[in-house]
Amino acid sequence: MSSHLLSYAIWVPILGAFVVFAAGNSRNLARWAALLTAIAGFAVTIPLYVGFDVTQAGMQFVEQRPWMPRFNIEYFLGVDGISVLFILLNSFITILVVIAGWEVIKDKVAQYMGAFLIMSGVMNGIFCALDAMLFYVFFEASLIPMYIIIGIWGGPNRVYAAFKFFLYTLLGSLLMLIALIYLFLASGGSFNLLDWHQLKIGMTPQLLLFLAFLAAFAVKVPMWPVHTWLPDAHVEAPTGGSVVLAAIMLKLGAYGFLRFSLPITPDASHYFAPLIIALSLIAVIYIGFVALVQADMKKLIAYSSISHMGFVTLGFFIFNQLGVEGALVQMISHGFVSAAMFLCVGVMYDRMHSRLIADYGGVVHRMPKFAGFFMLFAMANAGLPATSGFVGEFMVALGAIKYHFWIGFAAATTLVLGAAYTLWMYKRVIFGPVGNAHVAELSDINAREILFLAALAICVLAMGVYPFPFTEVMHASVDNLLKHVAVSKL
Amino acid sequence: MLNNFITPDLYPAAAELFLAAMACVILLVDALLGHAQRWITAALTVITLIGCLLITYHTMDGQVVLTFSNMFVDDLFGDFLKILLYLAVIVVIIYSRDYLRARSLDKGEYYALVLFATLGMMVMITAASFLTIYLGLELLSLSLYALVAIDRDSPRATEAAMKYFVLGALASGLLLYGMSMVYGATGTLEIGGVAQALHLGVANKTVLVFGLVFVVAGLAFKLGAVPFHMWVPDVYQGAPTPITLLIGSAPKLAAFAMAMRMLVYGLLELAEHWQSMLMLLAVLSIALGNLVAIAQTNIKRMLAYSAISHMGFLLLALTSGVVGPDKHFALNAYSSAMYYVVAYVLMSLGAFGSVLLLSRAGYEAEHLDDFKGLNQRSPLFAAVMLAVMFSMAGVPFFVGFFAKFSVLLAVIDAGYLWVAIFAVLFSLIGAFYYLRVVKYMYFDPPADVAPLEAGLDMRFLLAVNGAAIALFGIFPDALVSLCTYALLRSL
Repeated sequence: MSSHLLSYAIWVPILGAFVVFAAGNSRNLARWAALLTAIAGFAVTIPLYVGFDVTQAGMQFVEQRPWMPRFNIEYFLGVDGISVLFILLNSFITILVVIAGWEVIKDKVAQYMGAFLIMSGVMNGIFCALDAMLFYVFFEASLIPMYIIIGIWGGPNRVYAAFKFFLYTLLGSLLMLIALIYLFLASGGSFNLLDWHQLKIGMTPQLLLFLAFLAAFAVKVPMWPVHTWLPDAHVEAPTGGSVVLAAIMLKLGAYGFLRFSLPITPDASHYFAPLIIALSLIAVIYIGFVALVQADMKKLIAYSSISHMGFVTLGFFIFNQLGVEGALVQMISHGFVSAAMFLCVGVMYDRMHSRLIADYGGVVHRMPKFAGFFMLFAMANAGLPATSGFVGEFMVALGAIKYHFWIGFAAATTLVLGAAYTLWMYKRVIFGPVGNAHVAELSDINAREILFLAALAICVLAMGVYPFPFTEVMHASVDNLLKHVAVSKL
Repeated sequence: MLNNFITPDLYPAAAELFLAAMACVILLVDALLGHAQRWITAALTVITLIGCLLITYHTMDGQVVLTFSNMFVDDLFGDFLKILLYLAVIVVIIYSRDYLRARSLDKGEYYALVLFATLGMMVMITAASFLTIYLGLELLSLSLYALVAIDRDSPRATEAAMKYFVLGALASGLLLYGMSMVYGATGTLEIGGVAQALHLGVANKTVLVFGLVFVVAGLAFKLGAVPFHMWVPDVYQGAPTPITLLIGSAPKLAAFAMAMRMLVYGLLELAEHWQSMLMLLAVLSIALGNLVAIAQTNIKRMLAYSAISHMGFLLLALTSGVVGPDKHFALNAYSSAMYYVVAYVLMSLGAFGSVLLLSRAGYEAEHLDDFKGLNQRSPLFAAVMLAVMFSMAGVPFFVGFFAKFSVLLAVIDAGYLWVAIFAVLFSLIGAFYYLRVVKYMYFDPPADVAPLEAGLDMRFLLAVNGAAIALFGIFPDALVSLCTYALLRSL
């Protein structure tokens, strides 16, 4: 089947971004053009879900043509059950980001919107690239817009955060580049990921390749102990930047594990599984405690993201259907929930210009509608049943118990810890007497803010109550992946 | 005696002869022009280069033709590099005009010297004999020495020219000495003849390797590789920016051609010797260039150290051509080196072009601070410099990424995995100072709010330059395939 849908998903936002740049100083023109582009970008991804054949495990909507024949690099796109949902998620979040920045961004609006649109297209490219170099090129290119976004529209310490973000992630991906070139030579001159999945590799190269991939993806996830860039980047980034970082960019690393590490180096994956599980549990538990003591809301959510992503990597490396599917569900859910949490903090920050928990208190008296939304998202972040947060965590915990009781037990503590740090923060910010004069002057959310919070609320609840449409899509592909990983490639 | 004289076939050298003639004409014409009509000289210079371009393009036939008693070769490799050379020099002249005019430096000599330098580079590119290489190199170097000192009232430029001259002369001496050893061992200076002698094993290896050390040292000097790099930062910083632009761009093509002609076309049999020398130079250049660039506050000096590290990458590609007795890596390695140098010239033009753009009468924009807030002053040219910086750092989708990628591929293919990892880690360090320029342009408020003064021609060309860096990154195949093809037909 030949189709150009995936190309549209990538290039509509990117080309739209240049239209937005052309709008230049006209703020209104720029943001309307951006909104239209974002909606168009999302619209072209809907047929991907509607037309997706859930019974098929292989790649769909495939596009394949030579890109750089000199090195046999192809413009090779395709999605399977693992990646298709992220493209929709990404395109959807882009619309929210544009709306969220509508009034708040006053400086260089065209560049702000354009940078997010480019990033949206580039990240779609990452999720559907089936050629390793194409993947890599998108993977690294996504650093540029984020660097600019953090650096221009970020907080007081933005320059430090932007550099740290860029250099940290570049270090990981450069090592991966070496691994990709090695695989190119080992496979006799192909960058085709699907070919690489079938390639026989000896144990020592597998271990080294796994470590190279780990360097790239662990930084991106981020896993403990290479997570330190994330709190800085999150805190300094503007709201939209934090949303995209948490909702999509962190997923790139986890996605990389599924597309590269597990299928290309299955034996090394099994060999290193205890290490990854240990790191994941540290992220879940230790980072959970770290989140507990944060005074800055954005930092708290950043640590909560690391903790939740620890759940994802845990789910991948216990190698059972529940674990992997649960982890994928968790990734999607975290995309919604963390986006919503950052948007909520953004809503308060726009009014108060403070992210410190101590500066708030009694917000519910002034912003009752907002408090309702925030409550829902806080519950979802804590993993309350009937929200999307519960589904993934529960599946991974079940899968982990199947794998080993004590691992499951340790992982399940996140339900307690997550509830503790999220709800405690919620209590201190929202409840109690009105904290100070600034809080007393707060105005409740306007229609625009209700729009993006309600959209996310619907997603969070729908996914929590009826996750089947999400799991149905990924089932065949995950099944296939697990069968593949179970077979040694030595 | 006269009866033995055979008129050489001038046809393959048509572009060189045309350029030489035109350079003399321009020198004469200019003598009759006043300062106000200097644009005529500039236009004539550009027309001359376009003429050369047409001649080279139309005489390009993929045949390897030797002429002037096997001193001169016309092949696709040379033609391709020469075409790029003309384009680079045209860009240099257009970028430089406003700057030179504002400082009354746009004398007729400037144009004549640029043309003679170009002629020197052309001769280097098409040399089929060690002596021809030396001839071209000297023509280039002498023109450049004079150009660096063209602002004769500037003590800094004069000092830079002096330094460049003394060290350059030393390097030329080393090179010439090396060549004499090669002649002593093989009895010929023809590149093909040397290769033949080596192949037959009739040459004295000890003498050859001894000579090779000097040849490589001279070459490293001209390329600016560590530890022969001392002149690079001083000359880049001291020379007027348009001259830095010239030194930092087109001669890299010629130096690459010189390296190819001498080492690959001539001394390939000694590859194991020169490869290990180049490897050392490459590793040192990448390390030192990237580390020291971080400490620079002068952008010209920073770009000089960046050039050193890029030349390291170029040498790295040259070291991967021959592995033991196996030569099938050669095409990959040398074409990636060629691709790298072409990409580098493109980026270098953009970088120094941006520096020129920010300069105006009585004001040298050569500090990193001068880039502050460029995004607010001109989003378009901030974007151009952004493309240049990310491209130099090797981030996709820019041409610099694919250049680095193809070199790394060749290096890993040749089995130097650890060297590749080393190079990659130092690129990471290098990314820091490129990012810093982006930071100045985008994150900081402008320190200087004067409007940019550059003319329309330069603005247009600089925008095209930036677009080319991005487009060759999005559609990378054309350039790399051209490089491969040109080499394939000439090796």
